[in-house]
Amino acid sequence: MDVLDLARWQFGVTTVYHFLFVPITIGLSFLVAVMQTVWARTRDERWLRLTRFYGKLLLINFAMGVVTGIVQEFQFGMNWSDYSRFVGDIFGAPLAIEALLAFFLESTFLGLWIFGWDRLPARVHLACIWAVSIGTILSAYFILAANSWMQHPVGYRFNPDTGRAELTDFAAVLTNKVTLVTFPHTLAGCFLTAGALVLAVALWHLVRRPGTDQAPAFRTAAKLGAWVTIGAAVATLVTGDVQGKIMTEVQPMKMAAAEALYETEQPAAFSVFTIGTLDGSREVYALKIPDLLSWLATGDPDGTVEGINDLQARYAAQYGPGSYTPIIPVTYWSFRLMIGFGMLAAIAAVWALWTLRRGRAPTSRWLARTAVVLPLLPLAANSFGWIFTEMGRQPWIVFSEMLTRDGVSRTVSTGEVVTSLAGFTLLYGLLAFVEVRLLLRYAKAGLPDVSPPPPSDVDSDQDRPLSFAY
Amino acid sequence: MELSTLWFLLIAVLFTGYFILEGFDFGVGILLPVLGRDERERRVLINTIGPVWDGNEVWVLTAGGAMFAAFPAWYATLFSGFYLPLLLILVALILRGVAFEYRGKRPEPRWKARWDAAIFAGSLLPALLWGVAFGNIVRGVRLDADHEYAGTLWHLLNPYALLGGLVTLTLFTTHGAVFLALKTTGDIRARANALAARAGLVAAALAVAFLAWTLLGVRGGAAAAVLAVLAAAALVAGLAANRAGREGWAFVGTAAAIALSVATLFSALYPNVLPSISDSANSLTVDNASSTPYTLKIMTWVALVFTPVVLLYQGWTYWVFRRRVDVRDIPDT
Ligand code: HDD
Ligand code: HEM
Ligand code: HEM
Repeated sequence: MDVLDLARWQFGVTTVYHFLFVPITIGLSFLVAVMQTVWARTRDERWLRLTRFYGKLLLINFAMGVVTGIVQEFQFGMNWSDYSRFVGDIFGAPLAIEALLAFFLESTFLGLWIFGWDRLPARVHLACIWAVSIGTILSAYFILAANSWMQHPVGYRFNPDTGRAELTDFAAVLTNKVTLVTFPHTLAGCFLTAGALVLAVALWHLVRRPGTDQAPAFRTAAKLGAWVTIGAAVATLVTGDVQGKIMTEVQPMKMAAAEALYETEQPAAFSVFTIGTLDGSREVYALKIPDLLSWLATGDPDGTVEGINDLQARYAAQYGPGSYTPIIPVTYWSFRLMIGFGMLAAIAAVWALWTLRRGRAPTSRWLARTAVVLPLLPLAANSFGWIFTEMGRQPWIVFSEMLTRDGVSRTVSTGEVVTSLAGFTLLYGLLAFVEVRLLLRYAKAGLPDVSPPPPSDVDSDQDRPLSFAY
Repeated sequence: MELSTLWFLLIAVLFTGYFILEGFDFGVGILLPVLGRDERERRVLINTIGPVWDGNEVWVLTAGGAMFAAFPAWYATLFSGFYLPLLLILVALILRGVAFEYRGKRPEPRWKARWDAAIFAGSLLPALLWGVAFGNIVRGVRLDADHEYAGTLWHLLNPYALLGGLVTLTLFTTHGAVFLALKTTGDIRARANALAARAGLVAAALAVAFLAWTLLGVRGGAAAAVLAVLAAAALVAGLAANRAGREGWAFVGTAAAIALSVATLFSALYPNVLPSISDSANSLTVDNASSTPYTLKIMTWVALVFTPVVLLYQGWTYWVFRRRVDVRDIPDT
């Protein structure tokens, strides 16, 4: 493997890993803010206990999101320095703005939220968790604007004198049509993830520990989580559908690769799965839904969908000889797995709601087992979504402007990238182990007791011990 | 003023903010095994920075993002050239960040001891390596005609840069001790005060040597010389205040010393951002490394509007948690 392959592996590993924590943070900080708001309104203790319980899980997850994000911030310079030189004018701006607008907001107010339970007036404290949630959503917007520019560069011109891309219209970058649809789709994926997590933990308690004083609260949480999961799944479907059409417009090769469609077809069918080879030479069996691909790609069941062979010929004529085709098995399967895993999570949520209907207590052991794997399904769907998006863009790092192989750092040696790749992989593996065990421990521990603290000898509020301290 | 010069200043400001704020976080982390004699004391130490360390760390993320946006060539050459030291800093920051959040999440002493070790090492390494990195930036490195780094790892470990590392290490330790004296009570406060006095002397000696070497042997003009003298004076004043038990003033002194030292380095550096020692034509400067005026203009507006807001709410956080932390504040687990 050369530096390019190693750098790609490192970027893939660290980014997908970062994105395991991101959707939980984005979705769960919002849901915890909702829980705390309901408590503030109703003063129903159930909601306070849920806030504290899911808040703990949020904090355990948040720490990992932050530290893995730091790597991302510097990785462009370390491993993709030619890329950074080429696009810094455009790509650096949203990244810097993200730090200034979003990261300060979420990290500062999370600190206030953790330590402010006894120090801040209740309303101000509630506002803090909302500020965190807003920060995470802002952060998603700016980073997705940066990423969408790589998928569909807009608002720039290529300067032949400096050999760099130069920004000409920042508003166009922020309102890139790819950004506008990627943002809601990604957010929906985040809420699907957090909803499934809230549901899964609550469900597990309901089945495994029925009849405790925690059951009513977990019942509420399970319903909330299930509805969020189902709603978010519908939202991923709707936004994903729009995204497919825009993608066909700006990156037709990605759509052809998603379907392993070699020859242009009209109308084109969507294959749910294929047994055979995916280089298109042999197909043993494929389950196909007629016209669906045409509809997904163009909005017209009779539309024409361009095939890989035609596109490859066209790109070779336009950009010079070379392969412009991504790795087809990866794009084909990651696209299906994204949709499949996400929809499985939604089905599980529907099943859970059904068992909870009209005051019934869920008892099925299978439900408890499902609860254990349920949070993994949307996480997998998100990862496959990104793998599809990024691998489907290959061989471009900036579509139509720069090839991935031209973006890699020239002065970094194989030994250095082997060191960092091995280091990050080991460290991330170790931390994953620690993190999952902590999450399980706190998830199993159940709801915390929130009865008021015993009266102490100190009089003022300010002198009480910190109840949520490290 | 040209926008590229303005952004050079803003990046200097961001690193100044980072070193002042994360500087005392690092110091507290380094002093954890020294000043924290038992579990309750160690929790006091950690809780002095608990609500703020993450917000402090964002200063470096913003500095990195601003370098990427305003001086892409600087960002690209610096971080690919300083690959392994930066990797070490990242690993340290990862371990340290997770450690703060996780150490209290289980009761076993062994669990806590391991995370304490991570906090210590994760604070010490960056405190040292940031100084080494800045030493090399000011001293200059080998750059080729494409402005790419042409040296090796060993070139980065030169005596001047290593001295720079020792300066940041001791300066941040002193700054952390002064901060702890300001934020704690009773026995810990007294010990932190005594330790600040001793560490401060070492830091002052090293800092004076490093700044003198910078001005006499590396680069810098009259402005840098004035700033360096002020930096040394601020440190001495801070240490005198520490001795007199005036903790607030002591903290102002060490903070000013850090700010003025960073200012000295950036002033010496200008108009270079990364000088080349092989051929000065290959140097990266505010002109040849910068983005287009249009990008800089947008970034300037964003910075003008939002930096004050950030400063306001971060300042407010320090106000909310202004009270000293006492062993009595620490709840039983
Ligand atoms: C859709 C959302 C999204 C995406 C695509 C990314 N991130 Fe992220 N990132 C977040 C959403 C997010 C977040 C929700 O804001 C996090 C996750 C957990 C957290 O603490 O904040 C975060 C944390 C986070 C941090 C730490 C912030 C702090 O200290 O508070 C940094 C530096 C980055 N990210 C940088 C990046 C970069 C350079 C990415 C591109 C490769 C990236 N993230 C992809
Ligand atoms: C602004 C944000 C992003 C930028 C600039 C970016 C850029 C890149 C670059 C430079 C590569 C390496 C070249 C390649 O092999 O494709 C890559 C690959 C990849 N990225 Fe992204 N990416 C971004 C966001 C993300 C996010 C948030 C994810 C989500 C998890 C992601 C997932 C991947 C994956 C899976 C690969 C494939 C790795 C491989 O090729 O081996 N990317 N991206
Ligand atoms: C029927 C359902 C879905 C459809 C039609 C769909 C469609 C798409 C398309 C076309 C893309 C690629 C966009 C591009 O590269 O330009 C994409 C990306 C992505 N999908 Fe989906 N998707 C669906 C369900 C899901 C689910 C359930 C999840 C997660 C829980 C998910 C998460 C993602 C993510 C994280 C990305 C990468 C970011 C992005 O480009 O938006 N998707 N999806």
